[in-house]
Amino acid sequence: MPVFYETEIASRLMLGTAQYPSPAILAQAFRRSGAGIATVSVRRESGGDRAGQAFWDMIRELGVHVLPNTAGCHSVREAVTTAQMAREIFDTNWIKLEVIGHADTLQPDPFGLVEAARILSEDGFQVFPYCTEDLVLCERLVEAGCRVLMPWGAPIGTGLGLNNIYGLRSLRAHFPDLPLVIDAGLGLPSQAAHAMELGYDAVLLNTAVAKAGDPAMMAEGFARALEAGRLAFEADPMEPRDMAAPSTPVLGRAFT
Amino acid sequence: MNITVNGTTQDTAATTLDALLTELGYGEAKVATAVNESFVPAIKRPEQRLNHGDRIEIVAPRQGG
Repeated sequence: MPVFYETEIASRLMLGTAQYPSPAILAQAFRRSGAGIATVSVRRESGGDRAGQAFWDMIRELGVHVLPNTAGCHSVREAVTTAQMAREIFDTNWIKLEVIGHADTLQPDPFGLVEAARILSEDGFQVFPYCTEDLVLCERLVEAGCRVLMPWGAPIGTGLGLNNIYGLRSLRAHFPDLPLVIDAGLGLPSQAAHAMELGYDAVLLNTAVAKAGDPAMMAEGFARALEAGRLAFEADPMEPRDMAAPSTPVLGRAFT
Repeated sequence: MNITVNGTTQDTAATTLDALLTELGYGEAKVATAVNESFVPAIKRPEQRLNHGDRIEIVAPRQGG
């Protein structure tokens, strides 16, 4: 099972907590899938509002690890300050670091990401960077102190799956011992299984589950796909080949 | 004194961040704070002086992906 910053997690599924039809369905999705990590955020709250407290109480009852994010931050300063606020609220050094560089694609800003990762790592954070599969960027993130990498499969919320299989495979080969998580872009369990077959350690998704007709069932579907894909990876799959080769013995065939 | 709290400009009699949170009714709510884009830990709120034009952010746990 994956180990993030010396903490072993009992599941390869990391689930977001946004966009569910209700808190009860969110809880069902976690319980039915066995997801081990919940991503959360911080947002403005007015004085009389206690929605944040109610949400936090519900998440704690799930008994999962909490990974706060810096979603929506477009600058290093915003991301660093948001991370600091999240650390105080959630009492964890873990931070899913997002520094968004493009408003339409929600593509990470690689330059700001590295700078923020370095600042936060030096401040004692354990950074989970939402990044692209760019090898040079990932090397810089590791140099900045990251001990987990979370490349996107496709842009957030698209459900397009793994857009750059070659790049993701290269990244796995280049960092054989570093925990790698596909973060964002997955829409179907088959895509999660593929990520496992590539040797990735976990996937992080939200929309694919929360926006399914039956989120809890879809969460379980992802959990089973992750298990299947991981088994396939560990079983050492056959090499594909262009030419057909009969599986039934040719020797002893009748009528020859 | 005019300040901006969570994007809304308002008048306050509070002179410290701690007093502002009380004035706005946050009480014991689980929130984190920043002043002018810099994080202010809870323990530092009583000594965090407020100045005219300060931009205050007050955030709480929320759903996230």
